[in-house]
Amino acid sequence: MDFYYGLAQIIGVHTLLGLSAYIVLLTGQVSLAQAGFFAIGAYAAGMLTVLFGWPIVPALAVGAILGAIVACAVGFPALRVRGLMLVIATLAFGEGVRLFFFNFDYQIARGDIKVGPLGGEGFRQIRYFPENGWTTFEVMLFIWAIVAIVMAVLWWFDRSRYGAVLRAVGEDEVAAQSVGINLTAVKVSAMTIGGAVAGVGGGLYAHYTTHIEHTSFNILVATFAIAYPIVGGLASVFGTLAAVVFVQGFLVEGLRFLGDWRNLLFGALIVLAMNLRPDGLVDARVLGRLARVFRGVRRA
Amino acid sequence: MLELERASRHFGGVRAVDGLSLSVGEGEIVGLIGPNGSGKSTTVNLVTGLFPLTSGRILFRGADLAGVAVHRRLGFGIARTFQNIRLFGHLTVWQNLWVAQNAPEDRARRGFFARWLGGSAGVRREISELLEFAGLAARQDELAANLAFGEQRRLEVARALATRPKLLLLDEPAAGMNAEEVGQLRERILKLRVRGVTILLVEHVMELVMGVADRIVVLNFGQKIAEGTPAAIQADPVVRKAYLGGEAAG
Repeated sequence: MDFYYGLAQIIGVHTLLGLSAYIVLLTGQVSLAQAGFFAIGAYAAGMLTVLFGWPIVPALAVGAILGAIVACAVGFPALRVRGLMLVIATLAFGEGVRLFFFNFDYQIARGDIKVGPLGGEGFRQIRYFPENGWTTFEVMLFIWAIVAIVMAVLWWFDRSRYGAVLRAVGEDEVAAQSVGINLTAVKVSAMTIGGAVAGVGGGLYAHYTTHIEHTSFNILVATFAIAYPIVGGLASVFGTLAAVVFVQGFLVEGLRFLGDWRNLLFGALIVLAMNLRPDGLVDARVLGRLARVFRGVRRA
Repeated sequence: MLELERASRHFGGVRAVDGLSLSVGEGEIVGLIGPNGSGKSTTVNLVTGLFPLTSGRILFRGADLAGVAVHRRLGFGIARTFQNIRLFGHLTVWQNLWVAQNAPEDRARRGFFARWLGGSAGVRREISELLEFAGLAARQDELAANLAFGEQRRLEVARALATRPKLLLLDEPAAGMNAEEVGQLRERILKLRVRGVTILLVEHVMELVMGVADRIVVLNFGQKIAEGTPAAIQADPVVRKAYLGGEAAG
């Protein structure tokens, strides 16, 4: 059973990673910086619990705030460029963060061992959960409680005027500024929220794996982050969740029995999924059908 | 209300707008006409700030607009529509109007969080009133991309009105419309004047401009070649030459 709990943890954390890219993608910006914010949240939260003995929730909160601050600071210069230039700029930032942690040492002696990040060796022994007696099941519940909160908040944003403005900017920047929308403010705010979400996700990631290193935040992770909302569709936050379940649950874990063939099939199935569902796994039609089902249930 | 003082915009060697002086008075409907490529749309883009001026000045109620960002010009009360319709196609009709509510009045009336994260209940009435005006009330939950061409043009005007403009720049609002739709558009423009909106109307469809404008300015090669009442413009030999050919249009 622990295998499935572990898988649910991975799906939960990757959903946060995907959602951090989702909100930025709504404004039409392709950001490969999300793995960087994810790394900042992971290292910050891990250091706070391991080195300074903080409880998990405030540590995650600090990870989120740091992710948000860095995203906001990156957003101002980065969002002045568009399209491919933005992809390159955010990719460079993400790699910069990774290389920073590759060279980052901050260790404290705890008894006869030293704990804390140690450059290329990584940051081992992030043992908050086992030390406090959390079972895998409890950790999974904790992760999913946070995923649920984040999804609820983003869902609410999506249905508010803010969500409509994000989509308006994503659709036509010239028209958006011609009705009085401040493009910079809107894009930077989306980037900031995305940074906070990635920061929380990173903090959770550090604690359930108990060991992070710079390669945990490489370009592949950044690609996954942006791929989830694209494969899942931008109709709602559930698209991202569906894409994570599809990729991590089905493609990565479900097809493990295929051995080496899995890697071959992986790319093919993603291409197939995007061809069969060009507007994403969860598009407006699926949402409409779900809404009707729920309404029907309520009436019955 | 709006003053252009020797406004120029050059693209490389092309003088799209060249030393144009133009004024629009409070409550007026001014027509801006001219052959293709004469600088009409560029003028609109200069006033709304999408292009910076190469030289000259643009004043709105005495304030110099130089360096005022595009989105801030809405705060002055300058709104526009586009020649090639630019709606938010994946938003619904009423959401298109919702996102346009950025006027200082709207900002003053509702708090930051209510305005950005609040529901639509508080603003539904204003939006339905605009939809009524545009004849789109029945289509409010349709995606803008699914509207017919004429409806899209009407929605664009309604979206500009949602910003509470004092000066509205209409960039070829009748393009692609049939005679009946042009007639309805004309009625709407006249109603806008009653609401106190000043209008700069860029148009190719002569029956519309001649029917509603108080005054007409004719551009050719970025320069003003004539200005006057519709009747005077129709009789002007210079204008006839620019439109009908001769060395100017060659």
